[in-house]
Parts: sequence; structure tokens; C-alpha cells
Amino acid sequence: MKNGIPASKGYAIGEVLLQIQDQVIISDELVTDIEAEKNKFVAAVKLSKNQLEKIKVDTEQSIGVDEAAIFEAHIMLLEDPELMTSILSEIEVNRKNAIKATTLVTDKFITIFDAMEDEYLRERATDLKDVAGRLMGNLAGNRNEILIHKDNTVVVAHDLTPSDTAQLDRSKVVAFLTDVGGKTSHTAIMARIMGIPAVVGMRDITTVLKNGDKVIVDGITGSVIINPNETVLSEYYKKRKDYNEEIEGLKKLRSTETTTKSGKRIYVAGNIGRPEDIDQVMENGGDGVGLFRTEFLYMDRKEAPSEQEQYESYRYVLEHSEGKKVVIRTLDIGGDKQLPYLNLPVEMNPFLGYRAIRFCLDQKDIFKVQLRALLRASVHGELSVMFPMISGLEEFLSAKSLVRECELELEAEGISYSDHIEWGIMVEIPSAAICADLLARHVDFFSIGTNDLIQYTLAVDRMSEKVSYIYDPMHPAVLSLIKMTIDAAHKYGKWVGMCGEMAGDETAIPILVEYGLDEFSMNASSILPAKRLIINCE
Amino acid sequence: MVEHNIVVVNKSGLHARPASNLVKAASKFKAKISIIKAEKTYDVKSILGILSAGISCGTEIDLVCDGEDEVQALQSLSELIESGLGE
Repeated sequence: MKNGIPASKGYAIGEVLLQIQDQVIISDELVTDIEAEKNKFVAAVKLSKNQLEKIKVDTEQSIGVDEAAIFEAHIMLLEDPELMTSILSEIEVNRKNAIKATTLVTDKFITIFDAMEDEYLRERATDLKDVAGRLMGNLAGNRNEILIHKDNTVVVAHDLTPSDTAQLDRSKVVAFLTDVGGKTSHTAIMARIMGIPAVVGMRDITTVLKNGDKVIVDGITGSVIINPNETVLSEYYKKRKDYNEEIEGLKKLRSTETTTKSGKRIYVAGNIGRPEDIDQVMENGGDGVGLFRTEFLYMDRKEAPSEQEQYESYRYVLEHSEGKKVVIRTLDIGGDKQLPYLNLPVEMNPFLGYRAIRFCLDQKDIFKVQLRALLRASVHGELSVMFPMISGLEEFLSAKSLVRECELELEAEGISYSDHIEWGIMVEIPSAAICADLLARHVDFFSIGTNDLIQYTLAVDRMSEKVSYIYDPMHPAVLSLIKMTIDAAHKYGKWVGMCGEMAGDETAIPILVEYGLDEFSMNASSILPAKRLIINCE
Repeated sequence: MVEHNIVVVNKSGLHARPASNLVKAASKFKAKISIIKAEKTYDVKSILGILSAGISCGTEIDLVCDGEDEVQALQSLSELIESGLGE
């Protein structure tokens, strides 16, 4: 058995097809006829361009316009002025042969990309390698194609490039295995689009497997079983069948409204940490966003984010949520989450200290930037805003009066904001749950943050291994606080959500439905299983 | 020469596709067009130039246009970047 990074879920059983590109021999030979070498290079560029244009058209027809756009980027790389001039000058000035010149120049850029911090950009080195490989293959007179003749083929390669996958017979490929790559590599993205499993970053899988080997690909754990016996095979045939049936069943739930057997409509929303996470939530049939943590905007930088920058992020999420509710939580920072530019004090008890709303009400200037950005973004969708770490009514009212200040400022500046934003609080401190009856008269909604609520109620630090056994979402005291919160909200006609891990916990969901919880917010991948569970609740 | 300070908003930064949209748009202008990030200058008409700048979402850049149609170029390209480069 070999292990790698699971990059696309599912199970496959098939036969190995190794994709090994013809080697291009790079020699140090210097050229004598410079003009001829330059012409040879220009001809190879032209041939590569024609090939890419054909692949682009084929891809547009067989996969889609979005997937084909990558080849336009490849053509652009191929014809890039900096690349062209540098290669031609290597030939002309240093008398390098065209293949050597191409390697020298493209390697320089590939090294730059490989060293980048951003994983996505780092993966773009693959694009350039793809283009350089094609160019050099054409200079050497090679052909680069993956020829597939059999059904149930598992394609095994050092790395798969967009032009490799575009030429695949997709009806015959059941999985990808590669030596290199990560979760955002082209192989991984392509496998997810095709709905087949992929295991990447396997280091030496191309040397371990040979053509015709029978393999089981487990895209969930990232393992590959080579030439399995009958017992293992039948075990995986069953796993594959169950998995495929489950996926089909869940897919049907994507566009279904979640209603319990007794007819109550329940909202199943997503938790997100970055604007682009909204796409994942919507793809999984989420009812909008139940928690958008805004901390990411403030992290990994030298100063607090500007109003405009925050506005753009909030607008992005609101515009991509198809008119569904988006609950944005204001900055929950401090204590254990430090930001160097805020100069927060180091405290003995960070979880009981200067953080979240306590910090924001003290540093009004920073807080108001966020409130203004939220108000401005509110015209782009259905916005709800909640304040974290509220311990009593006073804090909520102070926050609301700052909101009012911001509204007046915007009005004076002639900037519009929505008149139906909902303002709510996180119920995560036991005192808020105990005073829920008082708070419910003033807020528009509650969202129960179970991670902190459990920690504070049971006085247990769940990061501390020796006591983490005390951390129990089903403790009667915790359940009782949750019930009190829901009952108080409903008494005043307000809705209650939950955005802690408990909301996606399949053992807790039936109890929470029974208590009358209106909205469950969780990671995108838990949404469909939760929907299925809820429609089977009373 | 004219310039404008912009925060890149599209989610995956200036990677292959948005970057190629920008190169295409920039190539329509005669002016020399560059991006300055962390005091380094990159040619906007070169996809490799842009990609090697490593611009991710939230990065602040200066867009600089220099040449006869610099004003139109600056306005049109700023709008393009601010609107997320068609992503």
C-alpha cells in the first residue's frame, strides 16, 4: 500500500496506465547558424500555439468554456514578450541551442513561482512547465499524448498538466495518481470536476507501479492498494457502491428545502472564514451563511484593513449567496488570537480577557471602520450582523449606538445602506444564555456559539489534554442553557441559530431540532448530511 | 505619467486567468503599463511579469501608466482590477 494526499474523494478500482513523457535531451552544444536556430524556435512556438488552440476548442466543446480558458493563458505564456525576447537573446548572444535556451529561461521563472508563498500561485509553476514541456517537445520532434484504450483506467503520472487532462478520454478514466502536487494542483481540480478520486503528492508512485497493475484508489484516506487479493477487492467494491449511492442521494438534497416531518422549515447554513468559501457553501445547497468570521481580514498584515477592503469582501459574499441570509460576525480577536499592530496586552486568562466585543467597544475607531463597511455592503444582499462575546444587555446597546453613529455619518455623506439589516448576538457566555429573556427583547436573533459556551459553562479548556474529557456538548447544563436561549427568543418572535461544531454533530442535531432551533450553521461539507438527518426528524 | 493605488479583490489574486484578462486589456493600449508591488516594478503586458509579482487577494498595488493614452489606460485598467478581473 502507498499513501499520498487525498485530493478528490471517492473510490476507484482499475488498471494502471503510466504516462511518461518522451525525454527531451538537453545538450550544451552551441549553435553556429544563429539565424536557423532562431527560425527553428519561432516555428516551434507557432506549432505549439496551433496545438494549444486546437486543445482549447476541443475543451470548450467537451468540458466547458471556463476549463478551456486555461489554454488561452498558456498561449499567452507561450507568446509572452519577456519569455520570447529572453530565449531569442540566449540563442543570439550566447549561441545556446533552442532547447537549452528555453530551459534556461523558463527554469528561471519556474524557480520564482515555486518559491511563492501563495499556494495557488505556486501551483502556477505547473502552467509554465506545461508550456515549456510542449515547446521543448516540439523542438525535439516528440509527440505528447496519453493514449487510453481500456475502460477503468487509472492514469499515473509524475504530474498532470492541463493539456494532458484535456486530451484524456474522460469516459475511460476512473482515477488519477501523481508523484507531486497538492490539493489545489491542476490534477486535483480536474479530478473534482470529473467526480473521480485522485491521490497526489505520492512522491514515487510512477516508479512503484507498472502498466497493467490492478489498483484500488481510496480518495478518502489517500491510499492506493496495489494488486489486491479477492477479499480486499470485494470489500472495496462494496465501499465504492455505498459511496456512490450516498453521493447520488445527497445530491438530490442540494436544492431541497429542509423541512422536518412535522412541517417546520429549518435553515442549514454554512460557516465561512474567507469570502470565496461562499461558493463551497452554495454548491452544497446551503441556506446562505450562518457565520462569516471576519478575523481573516485582519490577519497576516501590518495594519488594520481599510473600510473599502472590508466592504469588497462583505459585498462578495452577499452577492454570491443568491439572496439568502448572510450572518457576519464582527471582529472576534484578542486573547489567544494576537495581531501585532493592535498591541494587545498579554494576559493570564486570555479567554476571559480583553477580546472580541470588549476590545471593539474600547477601540471604537477600529470597530467603526468595520461597521461602516458592513452598512455599505448591506445593499448587496440579505445582511445580518452579530456581535461576539456579549455578556449582557449593556454591551449590545453600546454596540448598537455605535451602529447608529455610523448610519448618521453615512447619511450625511449620501451613502445608502439597507433598512432591514438584522442585528443579533452570539450566545457563548453563560450569562447571556441566563439573561436570554432580557436580551431577546432587544436583539433580532441569537446565534449560539457552542465551542465557547461549553468551555465557559463547564470551566474546561478543551485544548488541555488532561481535562478535555470534561468537554461534553451533551452535558445537561449546556443543554439547559441552549433550551433557555431558544425558548426566550421564540417568546419574543426572534429566531435562533447555532454556529459551533455542535450544530453539525449528527448526534446533537435531533435534540436541537426538538428544542426548536431554527438555523444550523456548519462547514460546507457537513451541510448535505445534516439536511438528510433533519428531514427525518419529527 | 499617471498612477493609482488599488487593492486586488478577486479571490485567487492575479493567477493565470485573471492575469491573462489583465494582460489582454493592457495590450490594447500604447502606453507602458506597470504594476508596482513592494517597490518592485512588473510589466503588465507580460503575463510572466504579472505572475512573478505573486499578487494575492488583498494585496495593495500601484498601477502606473506612461504614454500617450495613459489616462484612458489607467481608468480602464483600474476599473477592471477593482471589479475582480472578470472572475
